[in-house]
Amino acid sequence: MNWVTKTFTSSIGQKFIMAITGLFLISFLLVHCFLNALIFFNDGGKIFDKGAEFMATNPIIRVVEIVLFAGLLLHIIRAYLLMNKNNKSRPVKYAVQNGKANSKWYSRSMGLLGTLLLMFLIVHLKHFWVVSRFTDEISSGKETLFNEMKEVFENPMVIVVYTLAMFSLAYHLMHGFQSAFQTLGFNHKKYTPLIKSLGLMFSIIIPLIFALMPLAMHFNFIK
Amino acid sequence: MSGNMNLTLKVWRQKNSNAKGELVDFKVNDISPDMSFLEMFDVLNERLVSENTDPIAFDHDCREGICGMCSMFIDGRPHGPKDGITTCQLHMRSFKDGDTITVEPWRAQAFPVIKDLVVDRTAFDRIIAAGGYISVNTGNAQDANCLPISKDNADESFAAAACIGCGACVATCKNASAMLFVSAKVSQLALLPQGEPEKQSRVLNMVAQMDAEGFGSCTNTGACEAECPKGISLSNIARMNREYLGAQFCSEK
Repeated sequence: MNWVTKTFTSSIGQKFIMAITGLFLISFLLVHCFLNALIFFNDGGKIFDKGAEFMATNPIIRVVEIVLFAGLLLHIIRAYLLMNKNNKSRPVKYAVQNGKANSKWYSRSMGLLGTLLLMFLIVHLKHFWVVSRFTDEISSGKETLFNEMKEVFENPMVIVVYTLAMFSLAYHLMHGFQSAFQTLGFNHKKYTPLIKSLGLMFSIIIPLIFALMPLAMHFNFIK
Repeated sequence: MSGNMNLTLKVWRQKNSNAKGELVDFKVNDISPDMSFLEMFDVLNERLVSENTDPIAFDHDCREGICGMCSMFIDGRPHGPKDGITTCQLHMRSFKDGDTITVEPWRAQAFPVIKDLVVDRTAFDRIIAAGGYISVNTGNAQDANCLPISKDNADESFAAAACIGCGACVATCKNASAMLFVSAKVSQLALLPQGEPEKQSRVLNMVAQMDAEGFGSCTNTGACEAECPKGISLSNIARMNREYLGAQFCSEK
């Protein structure tokens, strides 16, 4: 086995992939969140649609989109392979296991939270990504992404699903953000407390802003 | 005596490594709160022997909390409900009269049950044999200041060396990961000048052996650190990740 294979098939190497892709997806969330937050200008989506058009037509963004999907797939597939392996590491389960005595529930439920996010992601991609990329509704100018959002968020079930998904995202990030740094070997007396509080803030603020978007549209705060 | 307790134990019984085990109920009466948890098992086992029943097999040696032999998973936690102690240092005053206590062996694919509550922890020995040593004789204690070691490094190395290899970290980890144990062993040597020359090959070989034994990977839940009777820190795991990735990416081999 050459050293590259050896590294990325080792338990630490696999976690390294999870951490790197996780941090990359965190950076994506930041961009996604602030671009979408343009709807809060409440100008009938003018600024937002300009941002959306830039993202849809800029060639660099097109390339980054491919990298994003690759990172996402790597994160998801690696996670399920790791979960499977870790499950096999304890073939006989405990009759009684008091997990809450020593760790946070969301740190032990990253697989579950991630699966909920994956399910949300499929719905979410179908709502917006497929419409903007694989139909000519938006590119032909018949429809704007802003109007598409308004339409999708009329359905109260969609609001429920999106809001619950943002809870999953918040808890997934609450563990994932700081855990990624630990996996990369970054644990430092001065900086780890900073990373932990920054991670906590990020995990609350970003999903909150995201959750406010469908809510604000549904209840007509954004017209 | 007043203050003594009557308890119900649910104990894992398994004839041998191939047999299928099950939880069996035992009543123990008149247990003094000053007894250790293992002494309570001694009382039960004496009764089982007098009744011509097979006594419950469990690991124990020093009963002073320093050898790392005792290994009971009590009510869902390794070494029971108290922090910072091994099973032998757990006393019955931590329980109440009438309690039902579930006692299971460490559970991990890499720690197969030998009998009842005894598990085979030689996987740890093989990890140590893969690199948890210094290959040359380091000689007698050096003259003072002849081999400068910063106080911080010496302290951290000593803290990591406190690991007694009991396996509570593996037992409590949701992935049955041995990262805390291995990282403590990697750290205690990597932090000192005597261990420095071999630190790359050491971490590579020990992690390879850890994976080969079938331990899971680290989710950083922190359960191991919380349950470790010796308070081994998670920062050791970060150090091992650093050492490992550094060695894989930067070593010439």
